[in-house]
Amino acid sequence: MNQSMWHASGSNAAHIRELAIFFGILLGVIFLIVVGLALFSLRRRHRGIEQEPLERSHQASERTEARLRMVVGIATAVTLLILFGLTIVSVSVGKSVSASVAPANSLLIEVTGTQWWWKIRYASDDPSRILRTANEIHIPVGRPITIRGSADDVIHSFWVPSLQGKRDLIPGRTTLEWLQADRPGEYRGQCAEFCGLQHAHMAFWVIAEPPAQFNQWMEHQLQPAVEPADDETKQGQNIFLNSACVLCHAIRGTDAGAHAGPDLTHFGSRKTIAAGTLPNNKGNLAGWIADPQNVKPGTHMATVPIQPAEMQPLIDYLESLK
Amino acid sequence: MTPVASQPHVYADLDVLRRTWSSRPGLLGWLSEINHKAIGRRYILTAFIFLLLGGIEALLMRLQLAKPENTFLAAARYNQIFTLHGTTMMFLFAVPVMEGMGIYLVPLMVGTRNVAFPRLNAFGYWMYLAGGLFIYGCAFFGMIPDAGWFAYPPLSGPQFSPGKGVDVWAQMITFTEVSALCVAVELIVTILKMRAPGMSLNRMPTFCWSMLVQSFMIIFAMPAVMIASTVFLLNDRTLGTHFVNPAEGGDPLLYQHVFWFFGHPEVYIIFLPALGIVSSILETHTRRQIFGYPALVLSLVGNGFIAFGLWVHHMFATGLPQIGEAYFTAASMMIAITSGVQIFCWLATLWTGRLRPTAAVHFVFGFIFIFVMGGMTGVMLASIPLDLQTHDTFFVVAHFHYVLIGGALFPLFGGFHYWFPKFTGRLIDETLGKLSFWILFVGFNLTFFPMHWLGIVGMTRRVYTYVPGLGWEHANLLATIGAFVILSGGLVFIVNVLRSRRSGPRAGSDPWDASTLEWETTSPPPPYNFPNLPVVPTRTPLWTPSAERAIVTGLREDRREILITSVLDAQPHHRSVQPRPSIWPMLTALGFSVGLAGSIFAFYWYYVASVLGMVGLIGWFWPERPLEVKP
Repeated sequence: MNQSMWHASGSNAAHIRELAIFFGILLGVIFLIVVGLALFSLRRRHRGIEQEPLERSHQASERTEARLRMVVGIATAVTLLILFGLTIVSVSVGKSVSASVAPANSLLIEVTGTQWWWKIRYASDDPSRILRTANEIHIPVGRPITIRGSADDVIHSFWVPSLQGKRDLIPGRTTLEWLQADRPGEYRGQCAEFCGLQHAHMAFWVIAEPPAQFNQWMEHQLQPAVEPADDETKQGQNIFLNSACVLCHAIRGTDAGAHAGPDLTHFGSRKTIAAGTLPNNKGNLAGWIADPQNVKPGTHMATVPIQPAEMQPLIDYLESLK
Repeated sequence: MTPVASQPHVYADLDVLRRTWSSRPGLLGWLSEINHKAIGRRYILTAFIFLLLGGIEALLMRLQLAKPENTFLAAARYNQIFTLHGTTMMFLFAVPVMEGMGIYLVPLMVGTRNVAFPRLNAFGYWMYLAGGLFIYGCAFFGMIPDAGWFAYPPLSGPQFSPGKGVDVWAQMITFTEVSALCVAVELIVTILKMRAPGMSLNRMPTFCWSMLVQSFMIIFAMPAVMIASTVFLLNDRTLGTHFVNPAEGGDPLLYQHVFWFFGHPEVYIIFLPALGIVSSILETHTRRQIFGYPALVLSLVGNGFIAFGLWVHHMFATGLPQIGEAYFTAASMMIAITSGVQIFCWLATLWTGRLRPTAAVHFVFGFIFIFVMGGMTGVMLASIPLDLQTHDTFFVVAHFHYVLIGGALFPLFGGFHYWFPKFTGRLIDETLGKLSFWILFVGFNLTFFPMHWLGIVGMTRRVYTYVPGLGWEHANLLATIGAFVILSGGLVFIVNVLRSRRSGPRAGSDPWDASTLEWETTSPPPPYNFPNLPVVPTRTPLWTPSAERAIVTGLREDRREILITSVLDAQPHHRSVQPRPSIWPMLTALGFSVGLAGSIFAFYWYYVASVLGMVGLIGWFWPERPLEVKP
């Protein structure tokens, strides 16, 4: 599990990583030179100024001053040149990773930040192929992805460091960025703009798969939820549909169609629950449903009164929604 | 006028001078105090109390982050604490403490008896104190802001931050900004119009230059934050305006622009005085005139201008047009040029001076190490692609603690060790001073260096906890340990100050053989600062043979007379009489404070503020005979 610009797995992140290494080495060397010069000044013997009559005049000789002026002038000129170079390099890398050069064949995914989870919508010209999901983005390896971001409530920031830098999601505005995964993998992302109480628990996953596998995933996700296969899950579905769950959640293929909370149509296929807070398993899910405020204090997920006897069928049903 | 036999070259009746300039005794006298040294000391002491509070908040945060999924602090509490920490350190510690240094030192350095508007000075202090008491007082009643020290809407707006916490935050800004503006006006006029004769601008100490530039920056920057916090945010919250509320067509990015138009210069407002302190310490302790005085001064001025051109680098992730972003990258890089010139000048001074390795010099070396590293990470953050990866991560936390603690706090501590004899009349213990330096230096790097790495491996800022397994555990634990090392360094410093103040050896007027005027008068300085105002023949007056130096006579001693000089060349212009001590600035501040504090609860308190403030101002400006003491 990683969430690091250091483990770059996409072309944009790789460019930025190279830039970071270039800046880091160059600036590190300059830092060492400056500190070295400061420390070296402590070695009186090497300064060649023992003859300077400082105690009386408090001034170095005109010759020393002239030499210092020259050295400081050169150092300033070198600083200027280095900064000029760094600016050019930085701007050119910035251009290559910015949204304005997103390739035309890119896959458009809309991400909406909301306290404290992520609405994901795969755009399509064909309305039947628009897909809503949450907190987990599957992408095909090697294909550019355009992320079109916005926010429902407060400002959030979409960030998958292994693939690309961050982009703020601002209510009332649309922001763009593009990314591409160069190898399959599971990349963690997290909200980077302070967004309130549970800012710390607003993570998501980007799962990069080979195109064939991605298409398979996509086709499956576009299907309505699987029908309950046995009595237990059938009972779970009834509990779900007859409880307050349906006020916020949608499960396609059933009567549940609200979109205040994450779409649960294929909930069982996701890695984590509560926006990356816990691994998705039955124990965690039971804890989350029974007392959301304990898992994620302040979460807008309501505490729905579920009888203890109803909990097992309910979580069995939800976990069956692969 | 009769020369006083015991003090050569004094042509003044010191007894009359003392009686003219002394404060009134008793509690009433304490509340009526308008002497710049007393006010400066109050600023510094008050700011230090807030530093301790901010430090305690930092320790609580570090304890919470020591291990993943820690439950030491709840999410809500953590968010309040980091908001208070940032707010306290920026508004209640860093700016006021630098202002306090300026108020105390500038009149002494330019050779005058007080600041230009002593009552305004007192008013500024009381407003600052009231602002600090207001936010911490409200905290006891549970009204604690929790939207960050930057309070971005819509999160800080009425819908997502119900309760009074954010109102308290926004109104506290008003208090501290009024105070900062008062000080800025004081210092600008004192520096430009009250310099000793002969101290033309090109003979002015670099510290005064830094305070001058800082004060002008305050005048341009602080109104911006008042627009952001009061006009936009507070009105949106309390009056239902929609400046920055996107749900009603307001623009949250407008707030960010205006806030950072203040917020970035704010950093230099904190950091420029520190540059002046470094130059002062180095000039004295290398025994040579600071190298490249014109370059240093021009860099300070350059910093002041460039600082207003880089606010957008706080907003690179918001997706602004690319051409504009490139401009702000270039502008952000430019600040490294002016800062670089200063570092080079100091290095040149160090290389060709005769360094005395005092505790103050230790802090200057610590400053060079830490600040230069912070500058390097600053250059990285100026690059948009790098910023997009590191923005709002612990890398930024590391960066700005390197520039603010390294760039401002270390020089400030150096300055305390350097001017301690002047403040208290006693020498500070050098051994304990060096010990506190080393502990602080090691603790600082232990705390903040690992945060660079944390940012690079993806740890975002302002998170009250983190999940295990992301490789963040060790660095966080290290940082928490480092925070406690910093605490112990701070304790050594406090012990040293308290001990040396009581029982340090007497310092005399000029223990360091320094060059600038504040060292000419006794330590601590008398209420009138100088028996006779000095005349300044060179840039380093105290290093000028005394035969070449003159003094000013002819100012009345039985009235609070000061000499007004011309802006560029400090030619004597006319005499001016300063007001006597008065309790009205305190009462005016009290009136405004009550009204402003009340106004977040109900609108009519604005009327109360106006009426009470007006009453205060009437008392303040009631015509009165200038003070005149009997000879």
